[in-house]
Amino acid sequence: MRHTLAVLVENNPGVLARVAGLFSRRGYNIDSLAVGRTENPAVSRMTIVVEGDDRVLEQVTKQLHKLIDVIKINDVTVDEYVDRELVLIKVSADSGQRGEIMQIADIFRARIVDLGRRTITLECTGNDGKINAFEESLRPYGIKELVRTGKIAMLRGNRFTNLNTNGNREDEQ
Amino acid sequence: MKMKVADALIRCLELENVRIVFGYPGGAMLPVYDALYHSSGIKHVLVRHEQGAVHAADGYARASGEVGVAMATSGPGATNLVTGLANAYMDSVPLVVFTGQVPTSQVGTDAFQEVDITGITLPITKHNYLVKNPSDLPRVVKNAFHIASTGRPGPVLIDLPKDVAQTEIDFDYPETVNLRGYKPTFRGHPNQINEAARLIAAARRPVIYAGGGIINARAGGELLELAEKIAAPVTNTFMGLSGFPGDHPLFLGMLGLHGTRYANLAVTECDLLIALGARFDDRVTGRLDAFAPNAALIHVDIDPAEIGKNVRINVPIVGDVKQVLQALLPLVEKTDRAAWLARVAELKSAYPLSYGRENGLKPQYIIEELYRCTGGDAVVATDVGQHQMWVAQYYPFKRPGTLISSGGLGTMGFGLPAAVGAQLALPDRQVVLVTGDGSIQMNMQELATVREQELPLKIILLNNHALGMVRQLQEYYCEGRYMAVDFKFHPDFIALARAYGIAGYTISDSAEVAEVLTRALAEPGPVLVNCLISTEENVLPMVLQGQGIDQAVSR
Repeated sequence: MRHTLAVLVENNPGVLARVAGLFSRRGYNIDSLAVGRTENPAVSRMTIVVEGDDRVLEQVTKQLHKLIDVIKINDVTVDEYVDRELVLIKVSADSGQRGEIMQIADIFRARIVDLGRRTITLECTGNDGKINAFEESLRPYGIKELVRTGKIAMLRGNRFTNLNTNGNREDEQ
Repeated sequence: MKMKVADALIRCLELENVRIVFGYPGGAMLPVYDALYHSSGIKHVLVRHEQGAVHAADGYARASGEVGVAMATSGPGATNLVTGLANAYMDSVPLVVFTGQVPTSQVGTDAFQEVDITGITLPITKHNYLVKNPSDLPRVVKNAFHIASTGRPGPVLIDLPKDVAQTEIDFDYPETVNLRGYKPTFRGHPNQINEAARLIAAARRPVIYAGGGIINARAGGELLELAEKIAAPVTNTFMGLSGFPGDHPLFLGMLGLHGTRYANLAVTECDLLIALGARFDDRVTGRLDAFAPNAALIHVDIDPAEIGKNVRINVPIVGDVKQVLQALLPLVEKTDRAAWLARVAELKSAYPLSYGRENGLKPQYIIEELYRCTGGDAVVATDVGQHQMWVAQYYPFKRPGTLISSGGLGTMGFGLPAAVGAQLALPDRQVVLVTGDGSIQMNMQELATVREQELPLKIILLNNHALGMVRQLQEYYCEGRYMAVDFKFHPDFIALARAYGIAGYTISDSAEVAEVLTRALAEPGPVLVNCLISTEENVLPMVLQGQGIDQAVSR
């Protein structure tokens, strides 16, 4: 099963290398990893999508916790959450195909961010399923280049993964 | 108070009550060594190779229970520490290690003697730091000592660029540590401890399997009390040896690959295995599905990641093994389990440790005699190989922490520098190094340190003119095709010892062992005893690759 981990880490140099190194040397598979600052500039948040059964996940979590720079880990997959990913896709498109591609973009609420003589570049945001479907719809036109940000995720409602909350249900009354 | 970072570093070490640092200077470390020059409280031991420094700090830490400190310069000085750091990491030894680094302006430019040592040591340190901001240094050192010595101990490396070391800062040593990502659990969960007590009460054939955690947590007393109270035989991992008295009737010796048959069979037959500060290492378990197949498992460890890593556990308890045992002891009833202990006694007499006394000088006999001559009171350091396993089998350690050896990493060359560190930590104790002719030659340069520091170290060299352990593996797994294991040349070890000002003795016959050992041990200075043993002698019993520990080659 695929799990999405929200990992809060000290915003120290080398912390990404520590986490990435841990995954590679212990043989865990990362599907995607996205990292960026949080509301607290001293803390970064990594969203790691990892494939594995419960036992693998338990080891991943425990090994991550052993890193001094890792502050908190939440498996958001066990709860209600929203997740998003952003993709940029550059497809070949001569003037005759632009209309069709723009219709596809409309259906997926994607945006056209650049237009070349023979290419269109589109931006689309969504969860895994939507992004995959979008990519499939554009494949027949010839995908020249594609880049995904990796998934980021957040718990729904009055539940938190940040530092000031103990567990993720504290404010639930 | 204003001072240079290098002076602040030495001040930090003084405030951490560091008495000895092991090191080797160099260009990038000039400011730190200049600061050491002015310190009256810290003794610097100059080794002959940086690997010697880190192993000596390791031996010092194991013998003293304090944090070991080593330092080396940038580049090759730093890379020479790598094996020693990996060794300390695998065996959970608290070290704080300093390396010099090129000035910050040159970091990343492939400058002379530059190496990314924090990058290199990422997977073999508990944590590491590159100090870029001079004012961070006191807090970094404070954190390093805290991280190294608490929870599951381990090495921490601090990389210090030369220009940072020369910068002046306002020195203020923090009193407390605040690491929000590092909060080890010391007290076991009460519900889990109750559950453990319930399993112990219900068990008919319990075995305690105790590892190095017992020694790190100084829980030898609690272990003895538990074993006697619940009448459970105790087997030690290699790292756990000395954690339970070797002459105790409940002691089963070491288990695993070269463990006693009766320890391995008792584990196979037990219905409850109580793992204390041990990690179900592959050298212990053999084939996993044949390991303790009928047993419920209780696992106590300070490192949550060890629990459930290799085997499924019925009652996991994360905590300091001493505190957990203190909480558990009042919850268990005194029992005698006569039937189970009778069965264990039967196993002991049916499958004793034994070796052939015919043809010549036997290494096992030398170890037995060493035990008799030292009264079992010596601190014994070893290297890695057959001699190490013979010590494990034939030297029944009496007191916790008296075995100093490389368990997890199996580092040949560890023994001599580690013994140097141990002897410096315990100047009044008898420290004996048991080594092999392969291992001693890996860090032989430290004989000079032994002499220079005037250490009364006793070195017992079990010399079979071969890399015995590999030779044994080739005998079993390569049908006797011996490749690159026989030494066709050896130095004259006695003349070599003499060259270093170390007394030398040779033993070539069983009849000489007791007398020569007694004389050697009584010498006031360092001694090397060259014991000429047979090349063919093997370490037995031996569980073959892929087999369960209920199987073994015995004779």
